[in-house]
Amino acid sequence: MITRLKAFGAFWYDFLVGDDWRVAAGVVLALALTYGVSQTSVPAWWVLPAALALCLPLSLWHATRRR
Amino acid sequence: MTTGALFLAVFLACAVEAVEATTIVLAAGTARGWRSSLLGVAAGLVVLVAIVAALGPAVSALPLSGLRLVVGGILLIFGVQWLRKAVLRASGHKALHDEEQIFRIELAAAQAAAVHAGRGVSDWYSFTLCFKGVVLEGLEVVFIVLTFGSNQHNLPLAALAAAAAVLLIAAAGMAARAPLARVPENAMKFAVGVMLTSFGLFWGAEGAHAEWPGADAALLVIVPSVAVLAVGLAWLLHRRCDRDDPQQQVDVRILREVEA
Repeated sequence: MITRLKAFGAFWYDFLVGDDWRVAAGVVLALALTYGVSQTSVPAWWVLPAALALCLPLSLWHATRRR
Repeated sequence: MTTGALFLAVFLACAVEAVEATTIVLAAGTARGWRSSLLGVAAGLVVLVAIVAALGPAVSALPLSGLRLVVGGILLIFGVQWLRKAVLRASGHKALHDEEQIFRIELAAAQAAAVHAGRGVSDWYSFTLCFKGVVLEGLEVVFIVLTFGSNQHNLPLAALAAAAAVLLIAAAGMAARAPLARVPENAMKFAVGVMLTSFGLFWGAEGAHAEWPGADAALLVIVPSVAVLAVGLAWLLHRRCDRDDPQQQVDVRILREVEA
């Protein structure tokens, strides 16, 4: 039973988070920051693109460095 | 987002998933017979329809802002992971997706497995293999249909695009009785990664109460920008791969030959 639960959890982790948890963490942080900035007078649309421009190269660098 | 763009995005994403599921079903059907394989496909489709029937109305009932925050966030994570794999493949750091090779592996495994019959199924191995293949690949199709369809208030069109993609790929696979190796799957995965990431960015930011300059027209800038970023990163990694590791240069040449 525990093995099946673990397999179920592992499936959803792999489905939703994927190969690099840092990407998921970065997206969640960026969404929170976007909301925070949107509550001020500063435009908030740039936060997610900036996070992508940071997270994707970092994740790729990490993936290729391990080889 | 026009209806044409919604249809194209969902169609391409679902076609990629359908190619993978078709390879599994073809391997099981060819190696062990079609009856149990097609029963597995039918059972998998019933599960997927049940999931859509349960989640579709629930997702559609959510307030748009909350929906876009959650769905946009998940779509962005999904898209970036997809794009990451596509860039690694394009730059030679990850093996290209090769349906012929996958078909050969699945075929060999299916031929070697023992036959277990019972409860109306003549071969549980092929039933289970096809059921799992359809459900696992189909879940991604369901996710894409629900996210794109609900965000654009057009679930029927998203479902139609998915059904068209799945039927077209399945028909081509059954007609050829061979893996769909000629489908430019790696290029399609790259394009789908760009689209999922772009729409994830757009909806996620809107869900978090950000306002895009130009509203929906911002997508006309976001999609090409994400594509340029991904192609640029693939180019940089490819150059680094060539320069740093002579063995990888050989691997990349082999991959290019396979791709050609």
